[in-house]
Amino acid sequence: MKEKSVDILVIGAGAAGLGAAIGAAREGVNEVVLVERDDRSGGVLNQCIHNGFGLHYFREELTGPEYAERIKRIVQQYPNIDVKVEQYVHQIDYRRKEVVVASTEGITVYKPKALIVATGARERPMGGILVPGTRPSGVFTAGVAQRFVNLENRLLGRRAIIVGSGDIGLIMARRLTLEGVEVVAVVERMPYPGGLERNIRQCLKDFNIPLYLSHTVVGIYGRERLEEVVIAQLDESFKPIPGTEKRFKVDTLILSVGLIPQSTLFKDFLKIDPWTKGIVTSSSGRSSLNWIFAAGNCTVIYDLVDWVTEEGTVAGKFAATYVKNSWEPAKFFVEKGQNVGILFPSWYEEGTNLNIYLRVKKPMEEGTIRVKQRNNLLYSKKHLNLSPSEMISIKIPESKIGSGDILVEVIE
Amino acid sequence: MRIGIIGAGVVGALVARELSRYDIELLVFEKNWDVGMGVTKANSAIVHAGYDDEPGTVRSKFCVPGNAMYTELSKELQFDLKRIGSLVLAFKDEELRVLEELYKRGEMNGVPGLEIWDRDRILSYEPNVNPEVVAALWAPTAGITEPWMVAMAAIENAIENGAKLFLDTQVLEIATENQRVKRLVTNKGEFEVDVVINAAGMYGDEVAKMAGAEFVPLHPRKGEYILLDKQEFGGFVKSILFPTPSVLGKGTLVTPTVDGGILVGPTAVDLPPEREFREDTSTTFEGFEALMSKALKMTPLIDFRASIKTFAGLRPESPQKDFFVGRTSVIGFFNIIAMRSPGLTAAPAIAKFIVEEVQEALGETFQKKSDFKPTRERIKHYADLPATVWDEEIKKDPLAGRMICFCNKVTEREILEAIKRGARTIDGIKFRTRAMFGSCQGGFCMHRIMKILARELGTDISDIRLRSEGSFILLGQVRK
Repeated sequence: MKEKSVDILVIGAGAAGLGAAIGAAREGVNEVVLVERDDRSGGVLNQCIHNGFGLHYFREELTGPEYAERIKRIVQQYPNIDVKVEQYVHQIDYRRKEVVVASTEGITVYKPKALIVATGARERPMGGILVPGTRPSGVFTAGVAQRFVNLENRLLGRRAIIVGSGDIGLIMARRLTLEGVEVVAVVERMPYPGGLERNIRQCLKDFNIPLYLSHTVVGIYGRERLEEVVIAQLDESFKPIPGTEKRFKVDTLILSVGLIPQSTLFKDFLKIDPWTKGIVTSSSGRSSLNWIFAAGNCTVIYDLVDWVTEEGTVAGKFAATYVKNSWEPAKFFVEKGQNVGILFPSWYEEGTNLNIYLRVKKPMEEGTIRVKQRNNLLYSKKHLNLSPSEMISIKIPESKIGSGDILVEVIE
Repeated sequence: MRIGIIGAGVVGALVARELSRYDIELLVFEKNWDVGMGVTKANSAIVHAGYDDEPGTVRSKFCVPGNAMYTELSKELQFDLKRIGSLVLAFKDEELRVLEELYKRGEMNGVPGLEIWDRDRILSYEPNVNPEVVAALWAPTAGITEPWMVAMAAIENAIENGAKLFLDTQVLEIATENQRVKRLVTNKGEFEVDVVINAAGMYGDEVAKMAGAEFVPLHPRKGEYILLDKQEFGGFVKSILFPTPSVLGKGTLVTPTVDGGILVGPTAVDLPPEREFREDTSTTFEGFEALMSKALKMTPLIDFRASIKTFAGLRPESPQKDFFVGRTSVIGFFNIIAMRSPGLTAAPAIAKFIVEEVQEALGETFQKKSDFKPTRERIKHYADLPATVWDEEIKKDPLAGRMICFCNKVTEREILEAIKRGARTIDGIKFRTRAMFGSCQGGFCMHRIMKILARELGTDISDIRLRSEGSFILLGQVRK
């Protein structure tokens, strides 16, 4: 068994982890090691062969694999970053600050001065949504479907229904249509879509794929392979309305009902949001323990990968600052006010910019987003067409921020 | 002597293993692509203490001895058995009377260690039980296991001792001559046999009819289940919690699984006997609602947002509500049918009994093999080893360090071992290794496992099935 002391250990080499390594390496720490459990770095970007990535971070439109290549190239410029694939984090002893990693080379116990968690998210599986029926083959989560089609070059079926209007589901609706699969419907239980407006337009409307809002799947049937899916309309309390059932003969069901931050490995020692499962962090990316930082979809589910990399870079920078001079500034709460559903970060640390990411609780034609610190209004702007499916990013520079707790609210 | 066993569920598998001690030619026929995939796969996985069964029933005769046999069996065959004990909870004074009756019945059946607990004792042992509880019956010998693993382990051991297993092989006809079994006709050819043991689960009555032997009519009783994520809810309860039983059976229970998750179920809905219903493992809204309200009554803090899997199983029920076991008027034809609850618990004792029964009925004494090997080694789960030991294992075989299933920490070595022991499908890997059984339900690893299966079986990933011929996963290439 090997033991290895490093300045910074990053768990996960996706968009957040690679960004974190860059952020840390730029600050000039000695050694940054990235451990990735998959057989290559890049995370989910590798299978997202559509474009729409990079407009913020690289100022040009890229596909997922192109975006991943770009960051990997930056990573390669830093000799102090070591990216290791097929490394599985088995255990973390937070008291001794030890991370036990298994790989084909054996067990390595890392002793990092700072740890950055960039473990991303997993898809909510079928069993998580209590759908009646049988358990045939032909039921896939959107990410698994995407992987088979895009990376393994395999077709899933001939007629498909998509459950959930999350972005990956919408993108798969288009992808499957282009490959000759008949996509008969996209079904969403909320009265509004779950994915970005641009994906609704480009992936569904452009291909005449019907979107059933306020509908849910009430039955999945098939002896061996999927044969039939039954949907029904929901009333205001999300109960299926009898008599509204529609039956679809399909051999494929693709589930896109949300992502869950992967935080269970840390649940015994980090503060985790009990509702979203995201690791709770400050504006520097610091978790509830001073030597552990977190960034990307393991903290909050972002709309754009650019934001993930950006927040990874922030976490990397401040983790390095912590390693170099035990940086631990004053910390203030960032609190949810009215109409705010999802809010990042949970604390503000002095000396950082405040990058706020929020989702409103309900769709609103217009609303004013306000960020207040005591009596000081840090930000106030009217936004049109607010929807829980569109994340809003607000950047407030350090120079504008004083001390005291911060409130974020949306006035209708 | 050539014996054919129809069905490789937990009953057929344990009978095969028991018979493999003797110098007999053993053929095991299973219509599914794998062992233990029928009734055995989907039930509460409880090794019952034995206080439920009315004295005088066949159930009461086999449950308590079967329970006791599990200790040695789990050591020899290396499957998981956890004797975590069970509590039958009473919430009303009337229910208290039922507990007392169960206690008496248990004593008559020879159940060891029964105790009546008061509210304080229950709540200090199980703090998540509804504080309105008034009393409970504690049965320390009750336990949990993985029924499919019992069947798989028993079959592996029987094969090691000479038995032959025929998968995807359905018995279509049983030929008799002068009221004596002669031949089994299957979709894979004909087999001459001297003895047939009917362990055909949900189809036990139909198989007996083929031979012209006595049977009890069977119908499926459906039981639905919800499994909660061990990552979220592990440790929520530490023993098996039952409500006070009613005419409908033992009721919906809340129990840990051996893997650490929490299982809620079953419901109990009687279905018609027609063939289509004997495969009807569909779950229902009504089922989910019943499970949730019943579980919430016993353990109000349970949270179904942590559910990761819902499923339904079928129990072969008969009008007598009792096992139908033993010789028939057709010489050489033996039934082990109507194996409703506690069939899993009783199975080892019934396997032992049927070996005696066959010898007695035929007036023969089987010769014991001198080289019978009673033990079977489990697939090693590396992540459970101390880190230093795991490190040494990886030095010997690097694949013991390549993690495939991230949620349940299953390495490529374990997947390969499962294939070596007969896994051919996704379910075959899943039920042997617990890969794809965790939080993500295969989201991260199914494609990796399909690639390993395809490589080892010398085929393409499009040829990999979930569990049967028709359960294909992929439909060939997107672009050639």
